[in-house]
Order: sequence, then C-alpha cells, then structure tokens
Amino acid sequence: MSGMVLRAEGVTKRFGGFVALQEVALHVGPGERVGLIGPNGSGKTTLINCISGALASDEGRIEFQGRDVTRLPPHQRTRLGVARTFQIPKPFRSMSVLDNLRVPLEYAAWSRAEHRRIRDEAMETLELIGLQHRAGTSAASLTQVDMRKLELARALAAKPRLLVSDEAMAGLSSSEVDEILEILLALNRRGVAVIMIEHVMRAVMKFSERVAVLVAGRKIADGNPQAIAADPNVIKAYLGE
Amino acid sequence: MSSAVFWGTLAAVFAAGLALTGLVENEYYYNALYLILQAMLMAVAWNILGGFTGYVNFGSAGFFAMGAYTTVALHKALGLPLPLLILAGGAVGGLVGLGVGYLTLRLKGVYFAIATLAMAIVVETLINNWTYVGGARGFYILTPEKHLWFDSYIQMLFVVMLLLTLAAVAVSRILNSSRLGRGLAAIRDDEIAAECAGVPTLKLKLISASVMGAMMGVAGAPFPFFVTFVDPVSAFNLFIAVNAIAMPMIGGTAHWIGPVIGALLVGTTQEVVKVTVSSEMNVLIVGIMLVLFITLAPQGIVGLAQRLRARGSR
Repeated sequence: MSGMVLRAEGVTKRFGGFVALQEVALHVGPGERVGLIGPNGSGKTTLINCISGALASDEGRIEFQGRDVTRLPPHQRTRLGVARTFQIPKPFRSMSVLDNLRVPLEYAAWSRAEHRRIRDEAMETLELIGLQHRAGTSAASLTQVDMRKLELARALAAKPRLLVSDEAMAGLSSSEVDEILEILLALNRRGVAVIMIEHVMRAVMKFSERVAVLVAGRKIADGNPQAIAADPNVIKAYLGE
Repeated sequence: MSSAVFWGTLAAVFAAGLALTGLVENEYYYNALYLILQAMLMAVAWNILGGFTGYVNFGSAGFFAMGAYTTVALHKALGLPLPLLILAGGAVGGLVGLGVGYLTLRLKGVYFAIATLAMAIVVETLINNWTYVGGARGFYILTPEKHLWFDSYIQMLFVVMLLLTLAAVAVSRILNSSRLGRGLAAIRDDEIAAECAGVPTLKLKLISASVMGAMMGVAGAPFPFFVTFVDPVSAFNLFIAVNAIAMPMIGGTAHWIGPVIGALLVGTTQEVVKVTVSSEMNVLIVGIMLVLFITLAPQGIVGLAQRLRARGSR
C-alpha cells in the first residue's frame, strides 16, 4: 500500500451538527483514474477540499505519496504534487491567461522548473490544453469552456502527481465534454493520477478505471465502473426505491 | 515603461528637486511640496497592501503617527540624528504591521478594515496617556541648527522626503512586476485559488503588511521636525488615512503608478485650493474627486487609460 499516491483514511468533517463526511476512505494508485460520484450534497466537494487542504478534516488521516499531509496548508500540498480545479472557475481575473500559469509555475513547481524557462513551460502547458491562442487574453474575458480549460492548465502547471478535477464539465455541451475528457486522458497518459468528480455519467464511465460512490457523507461503493453501475445500492441512492 | 526610462526618470526628478533648492528661496513651496510628497509616500505604502494584495487598511494614520512618535521618543531620549530616526520609524512601523497582520490578516475583507481602524484608535489612546512624549498636550521639538549645505532646514527635509518617496516608488514598482507581486495579485483575485496554486498566502500577506507599515513609519518619522509641534490630533489626523486611501483609488490601485498619479493630482489640487480658496475646502475636494472617480472610473486613472488604449487598438 505504500506505493499509493493518495491514502485517505477515516476522513470525517462536521459543519456544526451536520456530518458532511463520515469516516471516508479513498485510495488512489499512481497514474490511476478514479471517478467520484454521488448525488448533490453527498460530500464530494467537501472530500476534495479535505484532500487539497482547503478545509481541515476533523478526524482521519491523509497521506500523499507515503507522507502525512493531514495538517499541512493547501500551498504545501500543492508543492508536494496535489493539484485541483474548482467547480466554479476561479481564474486570477486581473491577469492574462499566461500569467495565471506563471503563479503555480513560480510558486509550486519552481524547484523543479528552471526559472528562465517559465514562459516556455507556461506556453507548453497551454498548448497541451489547447489554449495557446489565448495566452495574452485577460482571464476575465474567457468563455466558459476556456475558463474550465484554464482551471485545468493552472492545476497542471503545478506539476502534480495527483489532479483532482471538480466538475470540470458541468454545463458544457457534448462536444465540449469530449474535449475536456481528451485533455484529462492526455494528462493521465503522462502519469498523473486523476480523481474526477462529475455528474456527466457518460464521461465518468468512459474515463474511470474505478468509481467511488458517496451518499450522505459515506462511501457506499468502490469498484470498477460496470460493477458500480449494476450495484443495487447505487441505483437506489440515485433513483430512490 | 522600460527599466531604463524608469530609473532615468527617478534620477531626473531627484536632480530637479536638488536644483530647485538652489533656485527658489520661498519656504512656502518646500512646505507644499513636502506635504504632497508625504501624501504620495503614504499612498504608495497603502497601495502595497490595499491595491496589490486587496486588503483595505483604515488605520494608516496609526502607522504614520507611530513613525512620528518614534522620532519624538528617540529624539528626547537619545538625540539621534534624522537618518537613524527614519530607520527607527520604519522598523517600528514594519514590526507593528507584522504584528497587526499576524493578528488580523486571517480576517477577510471588511473585518480586516475594521481591525486596522481599531488598531489606530488603540495606539492613539496609548499616546494620549504617555506623558514622556507629551501625552494629549503635545510635544515641542526644536528645529536642529544643522541643515547640511541647504539654505534652510525645510529645504533639507524636502530633499529627504523626496528621496524617501522615490525609494518607495522604486520598491513598489519592483514588487509589482516580481514573483512576489504576482503572488499578491493572485491573493487579491482569489485567495483560495492562490493557496491551491502553491502561494503561501499568509506569509505573503504578512510581508505585504510589514512593507506597508515600514513605509508609513518612514513617512511619519520626519513629521515632528516638519511641524515642530506634534500632538495626537495632528499625528493621528483622519485626513492622513483618508488621503492614503483616496489617492490610490483615484489613480488606480492595480498598477504601481496609480498612487503616484493620484497623489500628484489630489495633493496638488489640495495645496492650490488651500491657498487660493480656503484651507477647509481642500477636505471637500478629496470627497468630490473620490465620488466622481468611483462612479465614472472605478479602476482609477490607470484603468481609464488602459480602457481607452484597448478601445483605440480595436
């Protein structure tokens, strides 16, 4: 188990009396593609907030590449190799698209990237994502799909070992979903493990090697996509009795 | 603006200031210029935390007064020369900036603004009750005899303030275009996204607050020699805090040149109105200008220029 990229054990998060996560465990192997699904309010985003450090979990332990990161602030986790995107895109609006990527390159990946090459690296990342023609544009003026791509590009610029994609496809058209899916698969081919949170089932089933299901703060299933799709508990959670 | 042009301009401005002291004798001009420069230094300082980092500070007068009272205390106790007093004022301002930042920069937006206002009131109360520096009665300070090769002490103070302000502008510009400056801008745009992009947000905010406090302390340090009588009412004047906020807002907060333009425009207008109309009117001027700019050009003069240029190139 020590070869795991991510090992979250017994993660519990309460907001006042409300238990958002109850002893959730999630393991991700190197280069693995994991789908995380569940109805609205089931705790998916809370779980990845705990993994990325945006929220401190009340109980449990989170290990990243064998190192305990439970008490580390988000920026240190990013430097270790956990990157995430946000459900509602959070671009740095006062900056150009290129400068948006300079921030993680300079702050998260700087020891691994040569300083002079930062511009080239940012351009390479933009090319991989397909945003190179927008490099000089102000981030605030991007279209919705380009903003999602910028989220992915910025996460990627931190040179992660694990990428958590939080609903990168919500509200996009079918062809745009395929575009984002292609990008995620391309990243994965470079050896980056991916946790994908998504409501677009077609994308989750196509992308994931393994799917974990959260319902009301508990993990009710974890297995290969076909088994999950046939699991009566999952069907009950999604469709009712 | 290229680096060569920038440093050339700074040198030219300083040379012009020196040349002025050889040409003009009327002390009024140095008085007026000193006040404009002091306001510019305060505006540049405020903008480091308020503009670059996005945390509004209402307590500028507190930091300014700490610089002024550091001078009063150390002048009385040890009789230190002006350069050392300025360094001491900067150190005290910077340390208090760090301390207040550590206590309050976990607070977001309006809470931080209220905390800084409270800090200024606490410091003012302390000074009011500290008899060693004059307490509420105030403190007289004699203008030193020596003023280098200048004709008068005010000429020398003007040149000192010019040097300090130009140095602050240089620091602000370097900060604006550096890795640190990009980190601060990321915090202003979205703090959580910045943190998740690897930016150590608390550390950067503390650096930003310390630099701001240090600059404001430096701005206040020569003040007792300028006015020769300091009391809490003049040192903690709300007008100092209002100007420090209004000038960057009017000039534009995101760019280093914003507070410089704002201070030149508002400061000059104030000084002209003070002598031509009335000394009360200049308070009204800031208010009117602020309202006009917030409604017509919310990004300030720099933002307006950028918008016009973008329209022109389309």
